[in-house]
Amino acid sequence: MNSRMSSKLIFEKSRSGRRAFAQAPVDAEASKIPSNLMRNDKPRLPEASELQTVRHFTRLSQMNFSIDTQFYPLGSCTMKYNPRACNALALLPEFAGRHPLGPVSHGQGFLTCMFELQEMLKDVTGMKGVSLTPMAGAQGELAGVAMIKAYHEARGDHERTEIICPDAAHGTNPATAMMCGCQVVEVPTGAEGDIDFDALKSAVGPKTAGIMLTNPSTLGVFERRIKEVADLVHDAGGLLYYDGANLNAILGKVRPGDMDFDVIHMNLHKTFSTPHGGGGPGSGAVGVNDRLLPFMPIPVIGSKQVDGETVYGWLSEDDLPQSIGRLSGFMGNAGVLFRAYVYMRMLGRDGMERVSEYATLNANYLSSRLKEAGFELAFPTRRASHEFIVTLKREARSLNLTAMDLAKALLDKNYHAPTTYFPLLVPECLLIEPTETESKETLDNFVTAMIEIATAAKEGAEFKDAPYTMPVRRLDDVKAARQLDLAYRPE
Amino acid sequence: MNELPGDLLYTKDHEWLRREDDGLVTIGITDHAQGALGDLVYVELPEIGQDVAEAGEMAVVESVKAASDVYAPIGGSIVAINEELADIPEKINSDPYGDGWIVRMQPTDTFDESTLMSPDDYQQFIDDLDD
Repeated sequence: MNSRMSSKLIFEKSRSGRRAFAQAPVDAEASKIPSNLMRNDKPRLPEASELQTVRHFTRLSQMNFSIDTQFYPLGSCTMKYNPRACNALALLPEFAGRHPLGPVSHGQGFLTCMFELQEMLKDVTGMKGVSLTPMAGAQGELAGVAMIKAYHEARGDHERTEIICPDAAHGTNPATAMMCGCQVVEVPTGAEGDIDFDALKSAVGPKTAGIMLTNPSTLGVFERRIKEVADLVHDAGGLLYYDGANLNAILGKVRPGDMDFDVIHMNLHKTFSTPHGGGGPGSGAVGVNDRLLPFMPIPVIGSKQVDGETVYGWLSEDDLPQSIGRLSGFMGNAGVLFRAYVYMRMLGRDGMERVSEYATLNANYLSSRLKEAGFELAFPTRRASHEFIVTLKREARSLNLTAMDLAKALLDKNYHAPTTYFPLLVPECLLIEPTETESKETLDNFVTAMIEIATAAKEGAEFKDAPYTMPVRRLDDVKAARQLDLAYRPE
Repeated sequence: MNELPGDLLYTKDHEWLRREDDGLVTIGITDHAQGALGDLVYVELPEIGQDVAEAGEMAVVESVKAASDVYAPIGGSIVAINEELADIPEKINSDPYGDGWIVRMQPTDTFDESTLMSPDDYQQFIDDLDD
């Protein structure tokens, strides 16, 4: 272990009676809490000085891999740089301090921004309506499929209960379909990464409620027959759902609405500038076309003219009686929405196009260089989208170097590992997404690190115990799962 | 590469079946399947007496890499389950064709062996997957 880094828990540093000024108890007398409600025992909290606490958490933060400190090519996650300005403006007290039950007339600034955010998202995705209310990507998916269900139900089309998912889909897609009471029909992928069109043909029918697609797919390639897929599903009476996970690849270039998708969710925290990966808060805003407009989740921001002035307000059940309902009361993720708003305003229309251009340029540069260096691409005949897959099937067999070994060895080279073993279809795979915010030098240095590891493996080096330089070495994930030990128990 | 047991039948979902003398059928997952899944950490077993349709979900095996459904290769009723797997799921890793069996079933009808693979056919099937 690196000597600078202590592995002690803050509880283990605790000494009875030690405290930080900020946590000093208030005078119980002054607080007027009745004595029968006062606790007799100290709460089980660590007792540490302010400086101890600052050092403890600063050290912990130094043990972290983050986009602020390292290249972070975690495929499917879009770990790009989030401009500081987005954060600074979202934290303005006039926005951050707004009371959710404050009168609408006091929140016109906030509501104007949110209305404009809806409009900008409509424009960039080619959809007819946007609701910002889902709190995360998974909730956006739930809202999307619930709207598809509501649409069929409203037409008296009760037999449509099947949702088609490609076998390369994110696991959340079939999970969402099941949550909405549908059955999942899986469709295989062809050799070049497109959906197997013939299999899709036999999968659609009078029971088809819809299909859930990610485009570009999780395999890092664009679905080339998307128009035919859309026609096939629509002709069968089903709707098309667009999983916005890979929106970064097509921003400003192709619009899901123009690909004939009926409903889409967007991970605003991912594509539009919120540091993510810590479990939230997120934002899974949904966009819909004309068909699904009446079913949008509420609240939605609307506008009307009062005495010649535009006034913004919340649309509720009265305005959207067919809505699938409320997913959140108060837009508690307003900070994420603000960051997205500021980010889009800063980029403008042209800037958004540059996002996808550089994201795909970086991915294609990196994949070409790795291919030249002897790594095997999972789809060598295809142009990468914003991410691509390297398979170590060959190295695993001949050098005993698995995708996990390489990923762990990269940590010792000071790179966050790419996504490993996803998509499940590709054996020993690394899903690599450099994003648009990295320089050529960073990409070149990453290639050098990959080559160094592969060369060392060819010369007989083993990486089964990597990482060697991190605060913790290779964890025994089997033992961790078999002998769960999750809670700290004080002596 | 280990030899496949010659007295078993196999499926493309990497399950094996053995016809027992008493007419019951024992089912487990193949060595190839346990190798692909990696170290198992959890096995969800069906209830004894439960009826399972052919191709229906029968059990779940979970490793640190993935959770995978085990589908019933034939329809029938569950007569016995390998309860030891609840505590020692790694038996499937160490002895997939023996102590790592998962369920015993009473088949509904005389089942159709033609849909199942012989050891040679299954060997060919997994060799093709590796290419």
